[in-house]
Amino acid sequence: MSSEFGVWLAAFFTIGIASFLYKDNPLYKFCESVFVGISAGYWAVALFWENLIAKMFDSLGISYFFGLWPEKGALQDIFSGVWNWNLLHILAGILGIMMLLRLFPKIGWIARWPLSVIVGSTAGLWMITYFQSNFLSQLQKTVVPLFDIGRINELSEIGAAMSEQGRAIPFDAYFAAYLGNLILIFGTLTGLVYFYFSKEHKGVFGKTAKVGIYFLMITFGASFGYTVMSRMSLLIGRLYFLFSTWLGFVN
Amino acid sequence: MNKFWERLLTIDRRAIFVVIFLALSVPIFLQIGLPIPVTREVQILYDALEDLPRGAKILVSCDYDPGSEPELQPMAEAAFKYFVANDLRFIIIGLWPQGPIQGNRAIEDINESDDELIVENGDTLYFGADLVVVGEDTARYGIDFINLGFQVGQELVIQRMGTSFEATFPSDRRFGRPQKEFPIMEGIYRLADFDFVLNLSAGYPGTVEWVQFAVDRFHVPVGAGNTAVQAPLAYPYLDTGQLTGILGGMKGGAEFERLVGHRARATMSMTSQTMAHIFVMLFIVVGNIAFFVTRGKSERRDLRK
Repeated sequence: MSSEFGVWLAAFFTIGIASFLYKDNPLYKFCESVFVGISAGYWAVALFWENLIAKMFDSLGISYFFGLWPEKGALQDIFSGVWNWNLLHILAGILGIMMLLRLFPKIGWIARWPLSVIVGSTAGLWMITYFQSNFLSQLQKTVVPLFDIGRINELSEIGAAMSEQGRAIPFDAYFAAYLGNLILIFGTLTGLVYFYFSKEHKGVFGKTAKVGIYFLMITFGASFGYTVMSRMSLLIGRLYFLFSTWLGFVN
Repeated sequence: MNKFWERLLTIDRRAIFVVIFLALSVPIFLQIGLPIPVTREVQILYDALEDLPRGAKILVSCDYDPGSEPELQPMAEAAFKYFVANDLRFIIIGLWPQGPIQGNRAIEDINESDDELIVENGDTLYFGADLVVVGEDTARYGIDFINLGFQVGQELVIQRMGTSFEATFPSDRRFGRPQKEFPIMEGIYRLADFDFVLNLSAGYPGTVEWVQFAVDRFHVPVGAGNTAVQAPLAYPYLDTGQLTGILGGMKGGAEFERLVGHRARATMSMTSQTMAHIFVMLFIVVGNIAFFVTRGKSERRDLRK
C-alpha cells in the first residue's frame, strides 16, 4: 500500500467521483466542486503566465523595465532605433482591454469591436484551411476507380510469394481491394443524397437516401464503439491506479 | 417467459455497473495476455518511424492532460523508448498546458537506471530527467531530447512554427535557457526542418489542427496517437495520405507497444478491455431481445386501452 499522501488523495477523489454510480451524494458533490475549482484555477494561472505575462509584458519589455525579466523587449528595441514586430502586441493588449469593457453595461458595446476582429480573422483562417484539408483533399481521394486495381495486382504478387511459404493473405485484404472503393463511392453518393433536401425523399430518390442513412448509422455505430472503448480505457486506468499504485495488489 | 424479459428491462442499472467493474477488474489480477494483431494504420506509423535515418529529429506534440493518460501515456512511453533505442532525437512541446508535463513523466517512467544521479564535469545529472537509460542506450537532455514546454495559441502555434520555430518556443522548459543553446536544436529553424511530427492528442487543439496546418500548409509528415473518442475524426485523413498512421486509443497503443517491443500498460489492459466489450455487446443484444419480445405485449395492451 502506498505511503504517499498524494496517492491517497487521488484515491479518495477517484472513489468519491465513482460513488455517483451508486447515487448522488455529498461526497461526490464535494469532489466535483474541488475538481471544477482546481481546473478553473489551473487554467487561470496557466493563461496568466503563458499568455498575459509572456506574450504581453515580457515581449514588450515591461517586465524588463521593472527588473523582473532578464531580456529586453520591443519597447527597448524601439528606443534603440531597432524595429521589433512584437510592438504590435500593444494592439492586442488594447483589443483585450476593449473586450473586458463588456463588464460595464454603459460602454459594453465597445466589446463588439475586438469580437469582430476575432470572428473575421478566425473565419478567414479557417475558410482556406477547411477548404484545402477537409474538402479538396477528401474530394480528391473519393474520385477513385471502382476497383483498386493496383492493390489487387499487389495482393496477387504477395499472395503468390506467401502461398510458397504455406501462408495466405487474410480475407479482409481481398475484401478491401475488391469492394473498398465501390463501398466508398456508393456510401459517399447515397450519403450526399440523404443531405439533399430540395427534393422530397420519395421513390428511387427516397430509397437511395435511406441507404445513405444506413451508411451514416454504421459511421455513428463505429464512433459509439470507439467511445465505449475510450471510456473503458479510462476506467481501466483508474482501476490500475487503485489496485496497483494505491493498494499495491498488482505489480 | 415474458416476465423474465420484462424483469430484465427493469433491472437496476447498478447491477450492470457491478458486472462491468468485475469484467474490468478480474483480468487485471489474472494478467492473461491476448494476441494483439497489428492493424494497417499502426503499421504505417511504425514503418514511417523505421524509415527515418539515425539522428533524425522528431517533434512530439503532447496535446493531452492527465484525464487521457490511460490511453495516450502508453503511446508516449513506447515512442520515447523506441526513439532512445534507435538514436532518434525528439523535441517535446505541447498545445495543452499539461502536455509537456505528461511528456516529462513518460521520460521518467521509461528510465531503467536505478541510480538517482551522477556528477559529470562538475554538473549534476539526474536520471529520468537529464539522462534516460533504455537497455544499453542512453539519451541526454539537450542533445538527444528536450522539452520546450507549452505555448498558448492553439492552431496558431502550429502556423507560427511554420515560419519561425525559435520565435514560437524561445526557451526550454527545464532550465528556462534559450533553445538555441542546446545542440539538439541545431538546424531547426521552422517546422519543415523536422523529419517527422508525432502528435498525441485528446481533442482540440490536436490531430485535426496538425493535419490542417502542419501537413497541408507546411508539408511535414504527421503521425497521430489519439484517444478512441477522437480517432474516428482522424480516420478520414488516413486514406487521403494526410496522416502518416494512427494509433487509435488503448488498442492502437497496445499494437504500437507490440511493434516496438515494449509490452507494457496498454498491452496489459487489453484483456480487461476485451472482457468489457464482450459484456457491453451482450447487454446490447439482450436488451434488444427483451425490448422486441415485450414490445408486442405492451402494444397489445395499449390497443386494448
